[in-house]
Amino acid sequence: MDTTGRPNPLFRNLSAKIAAIPMILTALVIFVGGTAWTVIYSFTSSKLLPKKLFEWTDVINIGDWSLSIPTGIVWKSFVGLQQYERLWNTNRWMVSIENLFIYGLCSLVLSFIIGFVLAALLDQKIRFENTFRTIILYPFALSFIVTGLVWQWLLNPDFGIQSVIRGMGFVGFTFDPLYSADIVIYGVLIAGLWQGTGLIMVLMLAGLRGIDQEIWKAARVDGIPAWKTYLFIVIPMMRPVFITTLVIIASGIVRIYDLIVAQTSGGPGISSEVPAKYVYDYMFQGQNLGQGFAASTMMLLAVAIVVIPWAYLEFGSRKRG
Amino acid sequence: MTLSTAIAGADAVASRLKGPQGPKPRKRFSRRNIFIYGTLIVVALYYALPLYVMIVTSLKGMPEIRLGNIFAPPVEITFEPWVKAWSEACTGLNCEGLSRGFWNSVRITVPSVFLSIAIASVNGYALANWKFKGAEAFFTILIFGAFIPYQVMLYPIVIILREIGLYGTLWGLVLVHSIFGMPILTLLFRNYFTSLPEELFKAARVDGARFWGIYFRIMLPMSLPIFVVAMIIQVTGIWNDFLFGVVYTKPDTYPMTVQLNNIVNSVQGVKEYNVNMAATILTGLVPLTIYFVSGKLFVRGIAAGAVKG
Repeated sequence: MDTTGRPNPLFRNLSAKIAAIPMILTALVIFVGGTAWTVIYSFTSSKLLPKKLFEWTDVINIGDWSLSIPTGIVWKSFVGLQQYERLWNTNRWMVSIENLFIYGLCSLVLSFIIGFVLAALLDQKIRFENTFRTIILYPFALSFIVTGLVWQWLLNPDFGIQSVIRGMGFVGFTFDPLYSADIVIYGVLIAGLWQGTGLIMVLMLAGLRGIDQEIWKAARVDGIPAWKTYLFIVIPMMRPVFITTLVIIASGIVRIYDLIVAQTSGGPGISSEVPAKYVYDYMFQGQNLGQGFAASTMMLLAVAIVVIPWAYLEFGSRKRG
Repeated sequence: MTLSTAIAGADAVASRLKGPQGPKPRKRFSRRNIFIYGTLIVVALYYALPLYVMIVTSLKGMPEIRLGNIFAPPVEITFEPWVKAWSEACTGLNCEGLSRGFWNSVRITVPSVFLSIAIASVNGYALANWKFKGAEAFFTILIFGAFIPYQVMLYPIVIILREIGLYGTLWGLVLVHSIFGMPILTLLFRNYFTSLPEELFKAARVDGARFWGIYFRIMLPMSLPIFVVAMIIQVTGIWNDFLFGVVYTKPDTYPMTVQLNNIVNSVQGVKEYNVNMAATILTGLVPLTIYFVSGKLFVRGIAAGAVKG
């Protein structure tokens, strides 16, 4: 702390304050201001350009002073919850929400299970641990675009896995998730898991390594089998790691966009649409900003439902404790 | 029986009671090992398969792809798809290949990485060593901001960039990357600078060094590893970005990911799967190289995202 005791407290520690200007601007203008702007404009009928919510009226001038004091407001293009009503009555949005829900739930559960099991296997003091970890984690370095395009190729019904297995003699074999509307989201899920489970594995492995070895010794002395030790002792102890991982995965799932664009472009039809794509398409292609704002506000709400309870548990209790 | 033999006998009994010493020798081919290694090898094959298929496909000619199976190694290796992907592949009417996207990505990534790390390291330093009133509040907003879906802030940033005349330019995108890289990087640097011994900072203060002096002469030289970690996070993150690229740049300045998607998913013309796969590998090459070269540091970088301060 700087305690030189200069007269004006505003100029104390001035260099640090100047240095922090980009952070302050980002926090206030982009994160707070930008978010508030989008939420507010989601109540307007903005189409190609954002429309004003309201205007100040009855500006009075006091004497010669050109001081204007607004005394009232006129609603310009305030439409209340109309955009939201329209949103929830749009079939494409409902499909997007359903897809996000299926994808999110499956991806959460599966990446937790697969990530944890792989981490537990790597934690058995095995040889070539680095090699295995390197192979399982490398997809995480690739972009969702690359991931989506590779799996589009692998799942291509004419050349990919389906045709190879048919070529082996199983003529009736059918596996073309990207071309059947009912299961297309699972085709995306395969690609998403391939890309993301490595990260979960690494986080879990860090959690496992953080567990005191004495606990393992104690469990072994008591004759508890390894799987029981994992289930009833180790996993409950890793709660903080699980919660952090959960928040990271969940806030990432809500954003899923590039993978869909690359792998299916939302198709066949609209059967693999997701909310983030809805937002982009309405904002930058459909020239219907109001819908885009409303949809993105719903995405914000979804993240808030996950993050706020977590922040409350994580930071609220620390303050009280 | 003499005393000494009695003692020797007692020792022998005692040692036998204690059982064998040291860790139990493991059989190399125990059922447990077969299970563990078997599972891991199958899993590793599954994860490696797409990379293998990408490479193999990109080295085949189109006739061979139409006839053969995607897992088969190429009968006749050809590098033509790579050349075509790099310099001839078409997006719309433009047939310059991926090279343009590559150089755009380089022009975006290099300044973005420098700018975002410069800003975030100074932020982290101010937060760790020069706390001022309200600093923690801004930092908290910043961290929570990391969870806000980008879609919420896309349009307000379009307006801001338009106002300052950077919309559609590379520098506009550089600014956007610097903004959205700030939360995680600031956290990373703050935690690192906080972990450095405070005496160092105090000694420098006593010697009369000030904010920038301490930053450049003490903090910077002591923190090279964390700067490397930050660079790994940023280079891979920015290179792999698609959303910001497609929103804030124009076709002339599209980064590689956007151009790749346009090449592969364009509807017109005959699909050339070998060219598509070559283009896909080319786009993944930069982050993959960083990944394989940096090894443990990469892991440290992604773990940093999960560790809270």
